[in-house]
Amino acid sequence: MNNNHSTSNSTSTRSSQRNNGGITQAGIRRSRIGRRALWLLFGLYVVVFIIYLYAPLIVTGVLAFNNRDIPSFPWKGLTLDWFYNPNYGKVEVEDETEAAGQIGIGRAGGRVGVFNDQDLLGSIKNSFYVAIAVTALSLVVGTTTALLFERNRFKGDTLLYFAMLAPLVIPGVILGVSILAFGNSIVGPLRAIFGRETVKPIVSLLRPGLFIVVLGQFAWIATMATLIISARLRRFPMVQEDAAMDLGASRFKAITSITIPFLRPALISAGVVSFLLSFENFGTTLFLIGSDPTLPILFFSRLRFEITPQINAVSVVLILGTILLGMAALGLEQLRSSGRG
Amino acid sequence: MTAQDSITTPRKRKFKVPWAIVLPAIPLFLWLSLLIVFPHIRLAILSFLKRGQDIFFLDNFLNIFLGNYLAPFQDPDQLFSRVFFKTVLFSLVNTLLSLIVAYPIAFYLAKVLKGSRKFALLLLLILPYWVSELVRVYAWMNILRETGFLNYLLVNVLGIFDQPVEFLYNNTSLFVVFVYSSVLLMILPIYSSLEGLADEQIQAAEDLGAGPFATFRYVVFPISLPSVTYGCILVFMISAGNYLIPNLIGGKNTLWVTEMIYNRFIISTNWNLGSAYSLILLISTSIMIYLGLRLTGQSLRGVFSEQ
Amino acid sequence: MTDIDVELVNITKKFGELVAVDDVSIQVTRGSFFSILGPSGCGKTTTLKMISGFEEPDNGDVFIGGERVNGVPPNHRRVNMVFQQLALFPLMTVSANVGFGLKMSGVPKADRQARVEEMLEKVDLPGLGDRKPDQLSGGQQQRVAIARCLILDPTVLLLDEPLGALDLKLRDQMKIQLKRLQHEVGTTFIYITHDQSEALVMSDEVAVMNEGHLLQIGAPDELYSNPADYFVASFVGESNAFEGPITHLENGHAVLSADPFDFKSPTHPDIRVGENCRLFIRPERIRLMSSDAGSDALYDNQFPGEIQDVVFDGAVARAFVDLGHNTVITVLVTRTSDTPLPVEGEAVLVGWNALDALCFPE
Repeated sequence: MNNNHSTSNSTSTRSSQRNNGGITQAGIRRSRIGRRALWLLFGLYVVVFIIYLYAPLIVTGVLAFNNRDIPSFPWKGLTLDWFYNPNYGKVEVEDETEAAGQIGIGRAGGRVGVFNDQDLLGSIKNSFYVAIAVTALSLVVGTTTALLFERNRFKGDTLLYFAMLAPLVIPGVILGVSILAFGNSIVGPLRAIFGRETVKPIVSLLRPGLFIVVLGQFAWIATMATLIISARLRRFPMVQEDAAMDLGASRFKAITSITIPFLRPALISAGVVSFLLSFENFGTTLFLIGSDPTLPILFFSRLRFEITPQINAVSVVLILGTILLGMAALGLEQLRSSGRG
Repeated sequence: MTAQDSITTPRKRKFKVPWAIVLPAIPLFLWLSLLIVFPHIRLAILSFLKRGQDIFFLDNFLNIFLGNYLAPFQDPDQLFSRVFFKTVLFSLVNTLLSLIVAYPIAFYLAKVLKGSRKFALLLLLILPYWVSELVRVYAWMNILRETGFLNYLLVNVLGIFDQPVEFLYNNTSLFVVFVYSSVLLMILPIYSSLEGLADEQIQAAEDLGAGPFATFRYVVFPISLPSVTYGCILVFMISAGNYLIPNLIGGKNTLWVTEMIYNRFIISTNWNLGSAYSLILLISTSIMIYLGLRLTGQSLRGVFSEQ
Repeated sequence: MTDIDVELVNITKKFGELVAVDDVSIQVTRGSFFSILGPSGCGKTTTLKMISGFEEPDNGDVFIGGERVNGVPPNHRRVNMVFQQLALFPLMTVSANVGFGLKMSGVPKADRQARVEEMLEKVDLPGLGDRKPDQLSGGQQQRVAIARCLILDPTVLLLDEPLGALDLKLRDQMKIQLKRLQHEVGTTFIYITHDQSEALVMSDEVAVMNEGHLLQIGAPDELYSNPADYFVASFVGESNAFEGPITHLENGHAVLSADPFDFKSPTHPDIRVGENCRLFIRPERIRLMSSDAGSDALYDNQFPGEIQDVVFDGAVARAFVDLGHNTVITVLVTRTSDTPLPVEGEAVLVGWNALDALCFPE
């Protein structure tokens, strides 16, 4: 046996040189060690990346609870003042000589928490209204558009499909200015044709304001909704709808009773995505907003003016709100899929 | 049943309205025409008019005015052209950086992790992206500011620096935040394309004598190329059209085309010039996408249908 | 002395608690077609991966061409692998697929092209070099996957159930082609399969594995006619199986009782009275007689029954004979021109000698 090993050894060494240019044991060991080092490096890289993703959010979160009047370290203890300050607005003995940034009991009444701030609450309300309107519109149009493209082949369908995708590659800022310009341009003709007084309500809607913000956001969020709904519709077994019609349902009835329930998971995700995209939208909204700001617009303008711990608190509210909403939608889908299985 | 119907009533009716097409086409047409097509036509018209001049009808449309397009390039300061090229260049750099940062993560997610660990990392990656871009950008200011966390760490905790340093408002901070805000758009498509690559493909390459680099070069990367292109298009568009990051993080010299558009529309109200800026940005980014597709030998349809 | 191309010496591989491969030793003769046969989860794929280098054994040694290769990565071993799903590179042409290994080892382009064409010729795919893999049929893709490995002139070619993805008819064709190809190129093939007919048709030697253990190595004929244990007997080839205790010894035969039948079986040093045993009778070893053949016992075991069903398969037919008591046995009937085939419902006698059966303790 030993003998056999040694003879075949020499032949295989010769042939492996021809093929692989000669492998030395050292070379093999090097490549093994190199490989292990590569995996280690890889893991390390992922860890560093996760830190990169989370560090800013965690720092912001911590600062929102720091008991200081300026948003920076070191840590001076926990406070909830920047969320809600029960002493806000109370008459206080203010010591003007006290250095800025130092905490004094008397100054606590000056801290404006998120829920003490009527302007901020108003902007959150505006964002909610806008987001709900955009979500509703996007879901309806997203569903009809998905049905159109997934169910029918017609002349120019690919061209129309690409037109539908276009809002994704148009920068949000340009979408905003174009709608602003268009809305403004039809004011003149409308007045000329129908008279200044009759079109007054319509004209006010075309001016910068929440209504046109809804339209501007809808213009591209609808594409996202369409894509999400289309993806699920593609997996819909058409026979189910045919079966419903065979059993006497009209096409419309079949769609509402069979197809729409099938689409529900996609409608939920599309709804959540639309809501989040609308709620946080900045680029498009910036050009279309009037005097009544949404939360991101107010956030931005305050940020430009002065950075306060209150902004950190707003950030925390937004972070928690979006993550909870996202997780709830994800959990709902998980629950559904596991319930079905 | 239905097949039988169509045989027994063979196209006697002259024309049947295809309601299945017409009904869902109505909202689509309203959406695309009123919110996408007409507004962009309006933008184009404005860009060909002198400031303050306006038309409602086509009669004086014949006086095409190119001044809005020529002016930015005739400006002795070359302000617009400098800003424009900086926007494009920085967006390209950000696209490249995002790709380099994203690829290993996507690969690790798709090919190294399995089962619940994969799901956990995926969730960990997606979570921060649900948060508003504004908050994410602002959060970086908390780290990089002169009174921010990084300075606190370096000066007060570690004692490496004597004085706090302003980390904001330079190109490095700009790219750190840009990559942060766009890297997921690169990770997700690449991840999903690598998911479709069987482990056996990698093993086969290795078995045939390919080292890690050759395996990547010949087997892994070609499979992900459509997704890489898709990710690059998304990231480039988002960078070039960004307003927040250059505005909040970039230095005084980092003016972005979007900021110039904002200035023309909202501050100095020269809509005609602003419209020209917008169209230059839109057309040039479209050209960049086209070049990117040509360079990688992809088609827009292929890239999109892959997703 | 024969040359040994691959030798596994007492290899063991554990995945956590699970022992995937337990103390397996195999020698594969140069130039032979060697199969590892077993049900899924038996450890055959893990064994293959340890030969190819994608897994390392926890214990034991792997020799390829006489050289110990423990710790040598796959790309440095002179073995190549045809994967279950073939793993052809979809974006490369057939030529690029076949030439990939040469390109990796730095063979110049002109030389490479010539060798690729030569190899395509060898596997009967001349002129298809410019196609993409998905433009080929399943059988053609198969050959590309094999050509891609053979071009590197490996010591051993490993095949991981490569016929699994093909449909039945193609699989039968490919079995013959693969055997022929192996014969032509003379490379050692190690073939993994759970399909005993594939292993029997193609192999010079077969190793049967179950639950991480190597049960038997032998030529196909040996496995079939002289299996080492009940698992091999049941897994290789078709059998009528019975189970029950040995009640007593009688005329040099052991008697196995599978209530209500008593079967005379061969004795075996391991078989003791009172022990539970398994009995296997190959269908072709059973004779079918008409019920009026007389009551004289021609065979050690003889039972009356009724034909339940007859299934024709060309030259042979399978008769399913109902012996009553929910017991149906399969009998292979060779069609000769002078014997009429049994018909459904016909009363028959079945019989076989004790030594025609195989008996193993559990």
